[in-house]
Amino acid sequence: MEVKETTDQFYQEEEKQYSYLNLGPTHPATHGIFQNVLKMDGEVIIDATPTIGYIHRAFEKLAERRPFYQITPITDRLNYCSAPINNIGWHMTVEKLLKVEIPKRVQYLRVIIMELARITDHLICNAVIGVDTGALTGFVYMFQQRELVYEIYEEICGARLTSNVGRIGGFERDFSAKAWEKIDRFLKEFPVVLKEFESLLKRNRIFIDRTVGVGGITAEKALNYSFSGPNLRAAGVDYDVRVALPYSSYQDFDFIIPIGKNGDVYDRFMVRQEEMWQSLKIIRQAIDKLPEGPFHADVPDFYLPPKEEVYNNMEALIYHFKIVMGETDVPKGEVYHAVEGGNGELGFYLISDGGRTPFRLHFRRPCFIFYQAYPEMIKGSMLSDAILTMSSMNVIAGELDS
Amino acid sequence: MDVEQQDKILGVLGEKYGDQVLHAGMVYDFFTVTLKKDKIVEIIRELYHHPAMQFQYLTTLCGIHYPELEQIAIMYQLHNLHTNVRVRLKIYLPVASPTVPTLTPVFASANWMERETYDFYGVIFEGHPNLKRILNVDEMIIFPMRKEYPLEDQVRQDKNDSMFGR
Amino acid sequence: METGSRKVQIAEKPAGIEGAGFFATSLEKVVGLARKNSIWPLPFATSCCGIEFMATMGAHYDLARFGSERLSFSPRQADLLMVMGTIAKKMGPVLRQVYEQMAEPRWVLSVGACASSGGIFDTYSVLQGIDRIIPVDVYVPGCPPRPEQIIDGIIKIQHLVESESLRRRDSDEYKTMLNTYGIE
Repeated sequence: MEVKETTDQFYQEEEKQYSYLNLGPTHPATHGIFQNVLKMDGEVIIDATPTIGYIHRAFEKLAERRPFYQITPITDRLNYCSAPINNIGWHMTVEKLLKVEIPKRVQYLRVIIMELARITDHLICNAVIGVDTGALTGFVYMFQQRELVYEIYEEICGARLTSNVGRIGGFERDFSAKAWEKIDRFLKEFPVVLKEFESLLKRNRIFIDRTVGVGGITAEKALNYSFSGPNLRAAGVDYDVRVALPYSSYQDFDFIIPIGKNGDVYDRFMVRQEEMWQSLKIIRQAIDKLPEGPFHADVPDFYLPPKEEVYNNMEALIYHFKIVMGETDVPKGEVYHAVEGGNGELGFYLISDGGRTPFRLHFRRPCFIFYQAYPEMIKGSMLSDAILTMSSMNVIAGELDS
Repeated sequence: MDVEQQDKILGVLGEKYGDQVLHAGMVYDFFTVTLKKDKIVEIIRELYHHPAMQFQYLTTLCGIHYPELEQIAIMYQLHNLHTNVRVRLKIYLPVASPTVPTLTPVFASANWMERETYDFYGVIFEGHPNLKRILNVDEMIIFPMRKEYPLEDQVRQDKNDSMFGR
Repeated sequence: METGSRKVQIAEKPAGIEGAGFFATSLEKVVGLARKNSIWPLPFATSCCGIEFMATMGAHYDLARFGSERLSFSPRQADLLMVMGTIAKKMGPVLRQVYEQMAEPRWVLSVGACASSGGIFDTYSVLQGIDRIIPVDVYVPGCPPRPEQIIDGIIKIQHLVESESLRRRDSDEYKTMLNTYGIE
């Protein structure tokens, strides 16, 4: 009897202290929709309960219904800020299943596109970190540079954001002269603007005060939470899929992996900045060393033949029909391929049972995995630090819920 | 992965858990070991702590439904970042009562991955701190990724199924 | 179109009676003109279309020149609800609540294929179009629509705003239309 009363009173006293703040699904535009209910003692956060799934579009079930080419638009919408990386990663997974040899030129062109996509992803993240600390100008500058990259994508594949780039085996067409012109213009103009943006924030007293020591995570905890990508590298672990398990000729290029020390917001910002510089270096090396050769592999079962042949050649017509209707058979197998996405190790686990659609396709989405650590990263910090931590982790809602 | 490395892993597993290994081999470029479901958490803990193994990174965890076998498989992928070795473990659970102990004491990242597998397939992870639905609506009663459930929402009115070959 | 010089066009004045120091026209026209050039949008950005919206707000395709300089994230102070991106069934009640909190007159712009009709996601978890739960004024198709298309949608909203009667929101027709959605 007495025990019950004291616990009741203790419960009432404890509940009186804390307030619950709903950092609801609708944030001011930039971050994406996920909800956090924060238990707060004044301004300090005691605990957080995240809720996700507000944009669950059932990609994995949808993929079981679609032939391989129709899955590429779905992969676009995973991390939509750097869509070409997802597309090329998916095509590489299917190429692994089919055991296709990819020509060197295709691999170098893929590297150029993937590094451009990585630059655009890090651009948005760093610009948004700036916006959340109050520096709105950087955002406008960075989006202007994104327009230049959108024009490059349009020359190559026709679309701006959700690019659906390439085919299984290579590209639809070789890069036109206009595309090279635009890439050269980007490589000339972008470093100047990047340097200007960096100088706005890198040694800015207000920015450093707001970001150093905020939202940090140790390397051991980060590994236990299966972090990958810039968030893990900011904590001090140099794991990069491009170096550990090289794909698409990344071993031919000379670049460093930047790592941080404390894993806090400032380290994440600087790691992404440095990665953008390294990506520019890789693109220049790829353009200098670009070999001649075909722009696609010889895989007639999956690569749409050019239109002149379709109209004149019976065989090409049959292949075209079979590929578009998705009637090509695939070998049975179970394959996993990972690429370094903008946020970390983006993996595709494909089980094929020989039919026209996958038996099971699972996306290893880095955002979903490292967002689990968010409540632990913000315990004991203040509300504005929590907002900053969330934006510095670069959580993209499309990748969070599949 | 070369044969020496594969034998090393099988040797470590054979020390205490030899009877749990059902099948092992290279599937494309990944070393896959199929195990019985009873001691999977101890096996993973052994692979975590053993000095020659040190698989201390959980890459991913997912469920797979095999309707003909009437089983749901769980696939774990572990990675040793220092020696750059990866291994895949698969266990098979009966569809009627898919239960398996949780991996959260070993890897903190298994928390949400197991919740997602529960949400999609209905696999119960014993000992999980918070086994609730994560991506779908909380009120949902079916487990949508199982093969018997359709992809489309059956109560929508505006899409004409006969025109889309469904 | 004049050849040679390009005149900057300020908003045309409506038809009315002019005299020394006064200008008389109907109230509707003046209010419509003022409203259409100062719409405050509420960007309800959920996915990829949200990134194209951010590009529309950027310096290249400037949305601010149409009067939408100030984005309002509070529904109480917004005129236009721009729904950009996929709305899942879990998100439906949230969208409905945001719509109900907006004060009259309010317009809804559905940007992208997912918001208009479910888009490429014909699945069990995606709401097949936001017009299942709230009334929509203009649909902008595309996946994602180019910024020029989004601006075209805003211009169509501007036409609606300009030509709307002042009594429309109190009329029975409007109320019955809201009742079909279950909104009082």
